Amino acid sequence: MRNAVRALIGVAVFLVLCEIVGRSGLAPQRYLPPPSIVLTELAELLGERDFLLDVVATVLAWLIALGICALVAVPAGLLLGSVPLLRTATTSLIEFLRPVPSVALIPLVVVVSAGSPSGKIFLACYAAVWPLLFNTIYSTGQLDEQLLESARAFRISRVQRILRIKLPHVVPFVFTGLRLAASTALIVLISVEMLNPGSGGIGSFIYVAGSGAGRMDQVLAGTLLAGVLGYLVNAGMSGAQRKWITWAPSGGTT
Amino acid sequence: MTGTRNEPTTDGSGGTVPSMLEVSDLEHTYTGQQEHTAIGGVTFDVRAGQLTCIVGPSGCGKSTLLRCLASLIRPSGGEVRMHGEPVRGVPEDLAVVFQDYGRSLFPWMSVRGNVEFPLRSGNVPKERRRERVRQTLEWVGLSGAERKYPWQLSGGMQQRVAIARALACRPALLLMDEPFASVDAQTRFELEDLLLRVRAEQDTTILLVTHDIDESVYLGDRVLVLSETPATVVADLPVDLGNERDQIGTRESETFVHLRGEIARMLRGGGGHERPGGTGTTARDTGSETESTSEDERADAEPESLQVEQGSPAREAAE
Repeated sequence: MRNAVRALIGVAVFLVLCEIVGRSGLAPQRYLPPPSIVLTELAELLGERDFLLDVVATVLAWLIALGICALVAVPAGLLLGSVPLLRTATTSLIEFLRPVPSVALIPLVVVVSAGSPSGKIFLACYAAVWPLLFNTIYSTGQLDEQLLESARAFRISRVQRILRIKLPHVVPFVFTGLRLAASTALIVLISVEMLNPGSGGIGSFIYVAGSGAGRMDQVLAGTLLAGVLGYLVNAGMSGAQRKWITWAPSGGTT
Repeated sequence: MTGTRNEPTTDGSGGTVPSMLEVSDLEHTYTGQQEHTAIGGVTFDVRAGQLTCIVGPSGCGKSTLLRCLASLIRPSGGEVRMHGEPVRGVPEDLAVVFQDYGRSLFPWMSVRGNVEFPLRSGNVPKERRRERVRQTLEWVGLSGAERKYPWQLSGGMQQRVAIARALACRPALLLMDEPFASVDAQTRFELEDLLLRVRAEQDTTILLVTHDIDESVYLGDRVLVLSETPATVVADLPVDLGNERDQIGTRESETFVHLRGEIARMLRGGGGHERPGGTGTTARDTGSETESTSEDERADAEPESLQVEQGSPAREAAE
């Protein structure tokens, strides 16, 4: 509770500083609107149907991308983590694909997906799948042989061992991977939306507001909302992790 | 309580006590870059109801032996029979307790979940399972801890959970791999007595592997002494301490002190060739006794089952 208060004080101080800078005349208010104006604009925008549709488009694409990431990375990670031969065989391919910046693939994907949301979802997945995959592979490899042996000693079948020992074991690491994936996916989604404004979403809104009308208050309002969304998802997930995954400290890298 | 026991244990109630476990010429060699023979021809029987302790120097292949008996490792030679049947795969009525509770309890399961876990693979209905869990936790003195998680319990309590998990299957044979090696001395005494009590109440056959000579004598009806790697059975000693054991009284008794000294000398001498001057503290009561007397006593104690394994000819002669 005390920490929450401190965090809020930090935010408030930051906003006041921004407000002072914004009103000081260092930059024209049109280019650098103070927080009070941005927040009022955001409140107004949240009442507008078109803006809300953009928000929904981004959030929906985000959730779908994360869902696909989990569906791909967790089973693949379990498999690669369990079978050393497969992992060795795929390491060089993965190490080649991973550093490819997904933003570089935007032109290709935009042409292929022809403006449908599938393109940006694909790119978000491409960027976000790695932390999840690596966390799963790593944690599967970390599973103590003794736990599996205990299960074997109780005549637990191979399939049951995967479902009831390996899967629960990787859950804390998957959770952490998912949190990393969530922030990466949001960054990529908004980037793709900005470079491809026809696809809708918060990114397109920011792009249109900035390039056409030069409405920096709207640009900042959209940016602020994206930040708040990212924060809420991360906070929600670490809360869930603390509440449900009591047996392990948050696994992997945070 | 007897109603919940599994059928396999009932065949131990006949007039002659049948062999629960027969191990003949068991060998295991780890292959790989460094070939290493962990056990080299181990032969012994375990009768139903017996508590057999296997003691040997650290790293002599005790754990490998136990894993072979449980079919967790496929031995490279020899045979294990349980209830007279050759063992293929982990037998139905066998349970294992490992040394490291921290690495054998499932951290994401509550105490109840852990104890119930092995029952789920069998076809025990849910209500019976719950009842079993409750009853078994009562045996090990953990009633009321069902909802706790392993990390909320002390080491001794976690090992109790591991023991309860093994007992929940109502095994005919319980294998224990250094079960009390990771807890402090006080807890170890408590757990040893707990094991003796549960065993007296449930009549479980137990095979316990340990590197602690005192523990093997205190707990066992019989102690098998293993040599250094590759492990062979150096001696098979009966423990005549009766069924009532006491952590203080028993450990002070002459039989106890004598036996532990005898085993200690065997282990130090790498299988019977001890130095004459190497009496140390353990030989206090045996005083001036020399190697030959202890050899004689061993022979007197149980001539048939005495197996001084010095290679295959000796084993063949014994058979």
